[in-house]
Amino acid sequence: MVSLLDFEKPLAELQSRIAELRETADNGSIDIASEVAKLQAKSDKLLRETYAKLTPWQKTQVARHPERPHFKHYVAQMIEEFVPLAGDRAFADDLAIIGGLGRLGGRRVMVIGHEKGDDTASRLKHNFGMAKPEGYRKAIRLMKLADRFGLPVVTLVDTSGAFPGIQAEERGQAEAIARSTEACLELGVPLVAAVVGEGGSGGAVALAAANRVLMFEHAVYSVISPEGCASILWRTSEKAADAAEAMKVTAADLQKLGVVDRIVEEPLGGAHRAPTAAIDSLAKALGEEIDSFSGQTPDQIRASRRDKYLAIG
Amino acid sequence: MSWLNRVRQSIASITKRETPDNLWHKCAGCGQMIFVKEYEENQSVCPKCNHHGRIGPDARFNDLFDSGVYTLLPIPQVTEDPLKFRDSKRYTDRIKAARTATGETDALINAKGTIEGYKAVVGIQDFAFMGGSMGLGVGAAFVAGVEAAIAERSPYIIFTAAGGARMQEGILSLMQMPKTTVAIAKLREAGLPYIVVLTDPTTGGVTASYAMLGDVQIAEPGALIGFAGQRVIESTIREKLPEGFQRAEYLLDHGMIDMVVHRHDLRARLAQLIGYLAPAKAA
Ligand SMILES: [Zn+2]
Repeated sequence: MVSLLDFEKPLAELQSRIAELRETADNGSIDIASEVAKLQAKSDKLLRETYAKLTPWQKTQVARHPERPHFKHYVAQMIEEFVPLAGDRAFADDLAIIGGLGRLGGRRVMVIGHEKGDDTASRLKHNFGMAKPEGYRKAIRLMKLADRFGLPVVTLVDTSGAFPGIQAEERGQAEAIARSTEACLELGVPLVAAVVGEGGSGGAVALAAANRVLMFEHAVYSVISPEGCASILWRTSEKAADAAEAMKVTAADLQKLGVVDRIVEEPLGGAHRAPTAAIDSLAKALGEEIDSFSGQTPDQIRASRRDKYLAIG
Repeated sequence: MSWLNRVRQSIASITKRETPDNLWHKCAGCGQMIFVKEYEENQSVCPKCNHHGRIGPDARFNDLFDSGVYTLLPIPQVTEDPLKFRDSKRYTDRIKAARTATGETDALINAKGTIEGYKAVVGIQDFAFMGGSMGLGVGAAFVAGVEAAIAERSPYIIFTAAGGARMQEGILSLMQMPKTTVAIAKLREAGLPYIVVLTDPTTGGVTASYAMLGDVQIAEPGALIGFAGQRVIESTIREKLPEGFQRAEYLLDHGMIDMVVHRHDLRARLAQLIGYLAPAKAA
């Protein structure tokens, strides 16, 4: 059973009744089975209704749900023969960004993405998906490698932002992000990015200045976190819901603004309720996008990416 | 903003300066009082402690270009308030207030002219205009500045000053990071230099894009330059920040910039760099 978000609490009662009934259902009573089915239908209906009209702030909660699939889950399911490649060759291997060679539905690709971790130990190991300069420099290295050998690049974006710390600043966090964005834009191979959870500011765009930007239905992507925006413009982070609304952070909004090219639907109740199905639909969408570049020259691929960003706004 | 408005604006500021309250400037560095006239004649650098004060585009252009002669480039038209954004105030009201206060249309303005005989296109980011923040207007002006430099076969020099991206334009302000980066790539392919002068303060998405991609990176003394804000860092790591953290000299020590240049020497230094990198003199 997934952990419920605050706005899903009305589901809790239904679900615990279903669970109780199921426990006593061992006797094979038809009455109980039909009652369970009835309650399940009610619960599904409520879930469908709730998820059909999620507010931007609720979507932010879904996008940050701890049980939502993370980079390693995507790789494990959709990438065959993953060969992780480590390090920036200058300072360290930043595990907030992971990358490597692999096959996506048989296609050779370079896959790079943020990894948040999903328990205390792994969250610390991956620094909650907040990369340091060495993480972006590793991404740059891998993108250039892919470019030389003609492998399309797939990036999975899921970060609250680049790490704000003393050492990160000393080693040039801003320069690393700027160069990573630049590396995205220089590629002569297709770059397909997918915002799978949180797309947090410069730390996200550094991997997402792509030919095609995909976004999960309930993912969010913004210039600053709703809390950060609220604390500056409303002078209190309590107004995060208002900030999320005002900033237009949802996939549907971003598609209207021309920033997101394709929305990938999530299973009922969000990717965390059916990760396998969610990852399958993403893999299918990524494969289609990569294939759409077949026959294009490196110059065409680079030029169309540039034109796309010059045209924004 | 029209030419007339610009003139009106400067008249207004002159009149204001004549009132007794505005005869003196209190230095933000040492706290001492300086005659405004003396301070401005010294390029807004404190004669007592060398603190470099923030200055606007007009003073910059005047200091920089030969005999103070330059041509302002047209301000590109962009969609105003694309998100219909409103916090405690409407974004459109905030823009109006910034325009009235500064006499500018947005936070980045370009001019072309010569620096010791060398052609140059120069962009100045004005911190007084909504914290110099980068939105559609700034991004479009940056691209226009680069295009003008390519047309002129001259370098593009940007003076950065910004708190970061303009939140009121949401994701579209974030998209100015790749957009300006594409422009820089085009300048590079045209074989022309891109010179960045980091001024106080330059932070956030501006630092993490065009402000850090210069062929030569210059900073003014004491300028605050960084990605993350100091309060954000303190609250994340719960440590006291080291002395001089994120200041120009600190970045120089950490290999992030080429040089720290006093405002008095900036014009000569830029001319010298252009002389090496793009020596074709103005006709
Ligand atoms: Zn002083």
